[in-house]
Parts: sequence; C-alpha cells; structure tokens
Amino acid sequence: MEIIGIIIVAIFVNNVVLAQFLGICPFLGVSKKVDTAIGMGLAVTFVMTIATIVTFLLQRGVLETFGLEYLQTITFILVIAALVQMVEIILKKISPSLYQALGVFLPLITTNCAILGVAILVTQKDYNLLESVIYAIATSIGFALALIIFSGIREQLALTKVPKAMKGIPLALITAGIMAMAFMGFSGIDQVFK
Amino acid sequence: MNNHLKVLLNGIIKENPIFVLLLGMCPTLATTSSAINGMSMGLATLFVLTCSNAVISMLKNLIPDMVRIPAYIVVIATFVTIIEMMMKAYVPALADSLGIFIPLIVVNCVVLGRAESFASRNGVAPSIFDGLGIGLGFTFALTLLGAVRELLGTGKIFSLNIYPEQFGSLIFVLAPGAFIALGYLIALFNKLQKKESTN
Amino acid sequence: MFLSLSLICLTVAVLLAQVNKMTAKPIAEAKAMKLQNAIGEVVPEFDNNPTAEAFTMPVGQADSLLVYPAKKGDQMVGYALNSFSNNGFNGNIQIMVGFDMEHKIVNYSVLQHAETPGLGSKMSDWFRDAAKPSQSIIGRDLSKGALRVSKDGGDVDAITGSTITSRAFLEAVNRAYAAYSGSTDTTSGATASYEDTQSGKVTDGPGVENDNHKQDTISEEGGDGNE
Repeated sequence: MEIIGIIIVAIFVNNVVLAQFLGICPFLGVSKKVDTAIGMGLAVTFVMTIATIVTFLLQRGVLETFGLEYLQTITFILVIAALVQMVEIILKKISPSLYQALGVFLPLITTNCAILGVAILVTQKDYNLLESVIYAIATSIGFALALIIFSGIREQLALTKVPKAMKGIPLALITAGIMAMAFMGFSGIDQVFK
Repeated sequence: MNNHLKVLLNGIIKENPIFVLLLGMCPTLATTSSAINGMSMGLATLFVLTCSNAVISMLKNLIPDMVRIPAYIVVIATFVTIIEMMMKAYVPALADSLGIFIPLIVVNCVVLGRAESFASRNGVAPSIFDGLGIGLGFTFALTLLGAVRELLGTGKIFSLNIYPEQFGSLIFVLAPGAFIALGYLIALFNKLQKKESTN
Repeated sequence: MFLSLSLICLTVAVLLAQVNKMTAKPIAEAKAMKLQNAIGEVVPEFDNNPTAEAFTMPVGQADSLLVYPAKKGDQMVGYALNSFSNNGFNGNIQIMVGFDMEHKIVNYSVLQHAETPGLGSKMSDWFRDAAKPSQSIIGRDLSKGALRVSKDGGDVDAITGSTITSRAFLEAVNRAYAAYSGSTDTTSGATASYEDTQSGKVTDGPGVENDNHKQDTISEEGGDGNE
C-alpha cells in the first residue's frame, strides 16, 4: 500500500516538474515536438533509475560509513556525470538503435537537476533501496508524462498567432502554469491509499 | 575600470540570465515564493558564481582541455558545499526554506555556462566582474519575481503589508503562479527591450 | 591530464574537510538552539536543561515520543513533547507541544511540515489565535477528551480549506497528550484511564493525575470525556 502511495504521489501529486520545479530546462527545451519529448522522457527514466541506485549505494556504503556526508553534492554530481558518459558508450556498443533514439539527449541529462535532485531527495526521505528505485521510476514517469502532454499542447500552440512578446518561452511558461493548476487537482488523492 | 563596469552591467541587463538568456529556471521558479527567499537564493548563487569564475580563470591554463568540464564541476561543487555548510551554520532558518535547491546550484546551467563561455577565456579580474554582474542579474530577477508573487499572493513585499491579505490570490504563491508570473515577466521584458531597440 | 584532475580533487577534499570542521560546531549549535527555542516557547518558565533530561515515552504500539521535562527549582512546571502525524496533506508533520501540570496546553510550535503554503502552513499560528477561542487550542484541558475539529463533532475550528491538515495537527496534539499522561503518571504514581477518541490511532495511556486537589474532577471528566 505504501508503495502505491509513493508511486501516485511521485507521478501526480508532487509531479517533479509541475510541483517540485526540477528539470525545468529540458522541460522547456525539448518540448517542441512530441517525438523528441518521448525520447527525452525515456532517456531520463533510464538514467534516473541507474543514477539513483548507484548514488544510494554510494551514500549508504561509503559516505555514511566514513562520515563524509559533506562530500555528498560533489560525489553525486561527479558520479552522475561519469554515469551518463558510461551509459552513452555502452549503449553505442550494445544497442545502436536505442543509442540513436536516446543519444542526443544523454549529454543534456548531466545538467538535468531532476537527476541530482532525486538522488539527494531519497537520502533525505530515508527510503530503502526498493523504495528509492520505485520513487525514481515513478518520478521519471511523472516527468515523461508532463513533458509529453506539454509538447502536445506546444505543437498546437505553434500554429496559433500570439503577440510577439509572448512568443516562445513566455507562452510556454504560462501554459505550464495552467498545467500545474490542473495537476493540483490531484492533491490529496494519496489519502485514498492510506 | 570602465570596461569592468560594462561587463558588470552587461550581466545585469543585456545578458540577464533569467529574462534574456533563459537559464537556471529551476531555482528561479522554486525558491521565489517570497521576495526574501528569492533574494537569498540569488545571493547564494552570486557567491558561487563569482568564486567559481575567479578560480576557474586562475586555473584555466593548468586544466587540460579534455577534462575541463569535470574540473569545472568539481570547483563549482566545492563552493556550493561551502555555502551550504555556511548557511546551515549561520542562517539555519533560511537553509531550511531553500532546502534542496542549495545543493542544486551545482546543476544550475548559469554557473557552468559562465565558467565555460567566459571564465575559461578571460583573466581573473574580468571573470570576477562577470560573475558579479551575472550573479546580480540573477538576484535581481529572483527578487523581482519573488516580490511580484508575494505581492499578488499575500499582499506583502518583504513581509511588509501593502494591501490586506484576503484580497491576495493564493495561486501566485503556489506552483502554477510561479510559471505564470515568470511567463508574464519575461514577456514584459521582451516588450521593453524591443521598444528600446526600435527607438 | 589525470594528474591535474586528481590534484584538483585532492585540494578540494582537503579544503572541504577544513570547512566542515569549522562549521560542524555552529551547525550543531544552531540545531540545539532551534530545539531549545521551541521548548522555551511552549512551556512555562523553567531553569533546568530540558534537553539534557529528555526521555522517550512510548505511545501506541510502535511509536514513542521525546519528552522534555521543564522544572523550576525542584518543582515540575510542565512538559514539552515532540509529537508528529503522518497524515498531513503532504505527509509528515512535526510539532512541539507544551503542557503545564494541569493538563492544559501552554503553547505549541510547528517544527517541520510540507503542507501547502498559505493553506495548511497556516497551522503555525491558526491554533493559537487568542482572539478566536473557537480555533485556539491554547489553555485547553485535554483531560476532558481529545481535541477534534468541529466537522468531526469536536469544538476546534479547522483551518479554512485545510481540514486534512487540521485533523493531522490535532492528531499530533492528542498523541502528545497521551505521552504526557504517561509521563505525569510515572512521576506521581496515580492512575486513571485516558481514552482516546481518535479512532484508535493514539492508544490508551495511563494516568492523568498528579495534582491531588484536582484529582476528583479530572478523573470524572477524563472518564466520560468522549464526545
């Protein structure tokens, strides 16, 4: 039951983009087309899950045992950067087709604060490994969901006439605000699962 | 000196990281529920930006090109950790309200962006002024957005009453209001800049 | 290439260890200070060190609360309890509640919460507005029964638009009271049953008396305090 609660909250109630403001840059940057949005969503899911597992083990296994918690930020970001590189190299060798689909998005992911954010959040929330992984997957599904819906709306918006000053990012932000309002309707839904 | 001033002003207005370059959106949206929060986040970023710019411009000849990005990240993460510990020690209430967004300064694209595009190509003094300028521009944008949201949401600016709270619309303090207020502010900035360039 | 990178990392690690050493003490002090202030805010004036005399009090099946006794001279003047609820709108709520020796709430302080700003977050002041007795819980005598929001048949007005937060807040207060009854019981030795009205979330705690001349009225009211 608790697991279902974590999933529902991470996808809908505390949506990573629309309620927690993590990963706004890719959210605004790669949401002009639905296809690229799907690719980015998949790439983030992939990297976030692996990164959360690795940083979780690092936190529990190394940083906490040696009392080095203050090095958390620096080790996490380096591990994530290295991980993204590794995923890129491995993917290139093992599955060229998947690499073609996700490849362009991978370098962008290092500076996606959602990845580092989730890695830090699971240590703050004191989740165990299973909960952390589920939280990471659910969060990235929430990210992909918001990104894909948003790109669908933006594809339509591109065809409409808007005032010059509003074109591009300003209009995108206001649209995101209205989406965030819609997602607020989910708040409290997790009470059902208690 | 005149040149330095130009670099400084460039960061605040012409290349304002939020309104013009559109970088570093996450902390901008997340920490501006009030003017004071926005300003503190801006100042924390200003500190990291200036210090990392200074150190990176000093080390630029020592760092091999191949590993420059990881090296920059290490330098930036160091200053982020320093400011995080300082804030926890001396302004714990503020550290609580900014929460996870202090360590996340590391992945703020403004900081890495300036390291890569300015500090790695210029001397120490201009890099410091660039860091100050961009940092002040960032702080200005965050304070402005925070003030607008606080005013519309609760009728206050910096906790000073402007109009009675019950007339405020709470949505501006919540998540959707952040997106909408920033959207309109950028549109306004666009409008003003266009006018300047046509005149 | 690797040499220079490892050199940078090494310097950085040494630097950070230094800063960590420097700030470790102020961080610990700031934390202790926050706790101290929260305790000072919620109990009558004291001159002992409640944090040094803190003890845990089991409440319910699995939970236990930290209790900070406040003394003036040798006289016990109140207890501050660090209580919580997991049923907030956005999860966990941590509060510090203070009781005097007459089962009355002296004050409270919200330590940590993730409630909606502007709605649930109003609980920091809502329940202690002296001008509005129907929503203030200050001075309420919990031996007369657990607190509940008016929607659930109680007599505390919930925060407008935040019934769930209000319920969770009162749940935390009632939990604190259950632990408080346990604490006063161990110091006075008297017994009486405390029955909880909160759907079994806070289980029975023993003993509410410690003040002899008040004993009769309290145990009576404590007995049929269920609303």
